[in-house]
Amino acid sequence: MALSKNQQLLSKIATNDRHGENSPYFDGWKAYDKNPYHPIDNCEGVIQMGLAENQLCFDLIQKWIRRNPKASICTAEGVHEFKNIAIFQDYNGFKEFRQAVANFMGKARGGRVTYDPNRIVMSGGATGANETVMFCLANPGDAFLVPSPCYPAFDRDCGWRTGVQLIPVNCDSSNNFLITKAALEAAYERAQQDHINVKGLIIANPSNPLGTVLDRDTLRSLVSFINEKKIHLVSDEIYAASVFSTPSFVSVSEIIEEMECDRDLIHIVYSLSKDMGLPGFRVGIVYSYNDAVVNCGRKMSSFGLVSSQTQHLLASMLSDDEFVDNFLKENSKRLAKRHSMFTKGLEKVGIACLKSSAGLFVWMDLRRLLKEQTLESEMNLWRVIINEVKLNVSPGSSFHCSEPGWFRVCFANMDDDTVEVALERIRVFVEKQQVKSKRKFQNNLNLKLSCTPRRYDESVMSPHMMSPRSPLVRART
Amino acid sequence: MAIEIEQPSVGLSKVAVSETHGEDSPYFAGWKAYDENPYDELTNPSGVIQMGLAENQVSFDLLEAFLETHSEASSWGKGASGFRENALFQDYHGLLSFRKAMASFMEQIRGGSAKFDPERVVLTAGATAANELLTFILADPGDALLVPTPYYPGFDRDLRWRTGVKIVPIHCDSSNNFQITPQALEAAYSEAEAMNIKVRGVLITNPSNPLGATIQRSVLEEIFDFVTRKNIHLVSDEIYSGSVFSSSEFISIAEILEARQYKNSERVHIVYSLSKDLGLPGFRVGTIYSYNDEVVTTARRMSSFTLISSQTQHLLASMLSNKEFTENYIKTNRERLRKRYNMIIEGLRSAGIECLKGNAGLFCWMNLSPLLEKPTREGELALWNSMLHEVKLNISPGSSCHSSEPGWFRVCFANMSEQTLEVALKRIHNFMKNRERDRNLKVI
Repeated sequence: MALSKNQQLLSKIATNDRHGENSPYFDGWKAYDKNPYHPIDNCEGVIQMGLAENQLCFDLIQKWIRRNPKASICTAEGVHEFKNIAIFQDYNGFKEFRQAVANFMGKARGGRVTYDPNRIVMSGGATGANETVMFCLANPGDAFLVPSPCYPAFDRDCGWRTGVQLIPVNCDSSNNFLITKAALEAAYERAQQDHINVKGLIIANPSNPLGTVLDRDTLRSLVSFINEKKIHLVSDEIYAASVFSTPSFVSVSEIIEEMECDRDLIHIVYSLSKDMGLPGFRVGIVYSYNDAVVNCGRKMSSFGLVSSQTQHLLASMLSDDEFVDNFLKENSKRLAKRHSMFTKGLEKVGIACLKSSAGLFVWMDLRRLLKEQTLESEMNLWRVIINEVKLNVSPGSSFHCSEPGWFRVCFANMDDDTVEVALERIRVFVEKQQVKSKRKFQNNLNLKLSCTPRRYDESVMSPHMMSPRSPLVRART
Repeated sequence: MAIEIEQPSVGLSKVAVSETHGEDSPYFAGWKAYDENPYDELTNPSGVIQMGLAENQVSFDLLEAFLETHSEASSWGKGASGFRENALFQDYHGLLSFRKAMASFMEQIRGGSAKFDPERVVLTAGATAANELLTFILADPGDALLVPTPYYPGFDRDLRWRTGVKIVPIHCDSSNNFQITPQALEAAYSEAEAMNIKVRGVLITNPSNPLGATIQRSVLEEIFDFVTRKNIHLVSDEIYSGSVFSSSEFISIAEILEARQYKNSERVHIVYSLSKDLGLPGFRVGTIYSYNDEVVTTARRMSSFTLISSQTQHLLASMLSNKEFTENYIKTNRERLRKRYNMIIEGLRSAGIECLKGNAGLFCWMNLSPLLEKPTREGELALWNSMLHEVKLNISPGSSCHSSEPGWFRVCFANMSEQTLEVALKRIHNFMKNRERDRNLKVI
């Protein structure tokens, strides 16, 4: 059975590249998988810093679960609900679940906004939510503007099966990666000239990979922009409760209370994967101010409903105000502590990060370590970091950053000790760089650069879907 | 800056404004009547009895008993790391223990007549997602899948809505018990060709919804030969495979392939789910089992949009890897469904109503064509309206299943207690008695 014959038998969607896995960035993951760090068994291994997971607050959740056995349908206390939960496949979701999620979303915004449970639509994670929103708003061939650098999987989520294209709106360090009206207008105009139908703008706020929150003025100008052009605004607020310092998070929901806006254009994507550290539970939410999108999205949610078992557990957990208030507070505190520890450690060796107040990562500035301010140099440096420093970090180009030299480094998916080890390795590396001449630096590269797409076999898993093998987990088994 | 709110808001996508989601069909209209006036033995004994919902509620006690005696299902494994690992687990390969359990369960349902490799099991949030996902992979917008009628009404949405793929029916009728014939297959294919539509595959449901009958081995062989000749795919939705009343009567396409040493098997894909056999539609557990490596890889990637909650995978892994439990469950569930089926058939027969001879599923295919004023779709819908508003039973009219022959109705029997089923049968009995009486009066 020849591969080409197979490809003829499958659809265009099945055989194109928009799943995004044929990218050179998987080398980092491969290196980690082959040689994962473990404090005792493999202290020379690669430390995973490319995975934006929040592992800092599981103890809080576990404590709650132990104290609330009724919330599980498997315990003696909760099994009497088993049948009712097991047969519930209504795409509206449990009322209590929608209420609990709306409650949580409101609290994550300091109670400055309230969310209507009847606008809560479920989806298969934020992955499913972004796709669902695109299916509702755009036709194949239509485009959405997306400020870059951006989450790499936006292209797959927004465009793989929908046929929607993403047009980057480049941001750079000249103004701390702010999104400017000029940049938006330029991107919009170019699309018009190319006869591409722009249906909307999709933003991530707080930003991945920057870790910054959008300021009020920028948000207002974005809302003005989309109203003026009569296009949609999708705000992916998946890190809304992962904010640990100032400036604090302002949601688009707050902005539309303060200024005139056609609410039919405003849609929010949310999930519990980052703020609560529960990516396995697949809780994605579409929240739209547009009734038609809520109705349509709800019908589409049949393709990605949240397991009723999970709805039941979370309905109980997230309607416990005492738990939620404490969780949000603790989460911010622990993220702040971790962020501070990491950035201070980097500062000590002269590495700066973009000033940020949110997210599970920092946007690290390694421009001065580049031989040349080019993509190639960035990739070279990246391979050195993986193979010599043994840290899996994500190069800025994987986020479509137009300015070489930036790296996203995750800090919330490991324990303090591992952070120290990582910082030590960085310190050693930076000191070595200062000693070596540029020529020697070049000679140390022992891997050929390859930027051409390659097919990976099943042994390489998608970074987004990989089994998390946090050193913390391994340490305990 | 003033914004004129009065202006029409910017449009949504074509998919969003189309009606292909199918919710305006009578299949769903009956639900409204039920929702507004649901039967309850004590509080609303004259309400509408829901017989349009293919749910399996006859075997929950077995599941509950398992949970009560197996605490490992409720814990997350050893110590703190168990919960953390599970909560973080979003690998689209799915939990290995769960895939193994699913493969093993699928083998047991087929009485060991086919083997399933856990590496070919792709997980999705329900069969709804599985069928849509497969369609995205096997066909381009504008292409068609051939589907035998009558078929599950949800296919209109699952196969067509967001994919842009068409369904071309393979017509089946009562002249031969609604079996799929080679002539019907060819006719459907030619029909598509005549419309310049590219056929990418055949999608069968075996056991059939709404017929409640398994597909015979010889017919499966013919279908497989047909798709091989045309070089197209075969999707076999075997969601009711564990709901066959007698274990020997179900032949899976997997068996056919195994008997042929898997020659040409790369065009075959099986869809399964725990929604019907285990009665767990809320948990959203679907699978695609494909004999095609490309399809497995691509489906796995695509499952990112519709993964199964890791919490649910963990629970079911512990349940389904317990062979003692699953063997007993499969056997007991089968017996109870058979008993229910016999009860409804007898009850209908004594009311003068015949059904298609069935041997599987959670419903029977009831023949009310003798009652039609006119042998047309309108006649059928008029009768359906009477059943809904006078007899107060929500059953599914054949036209909602695209049956080309009017007068047939799908009637579910496993989503209620035996008492409720008795009440429903009594109502039907009275309805038929009154009709007979009215007819006799007219004659006089």
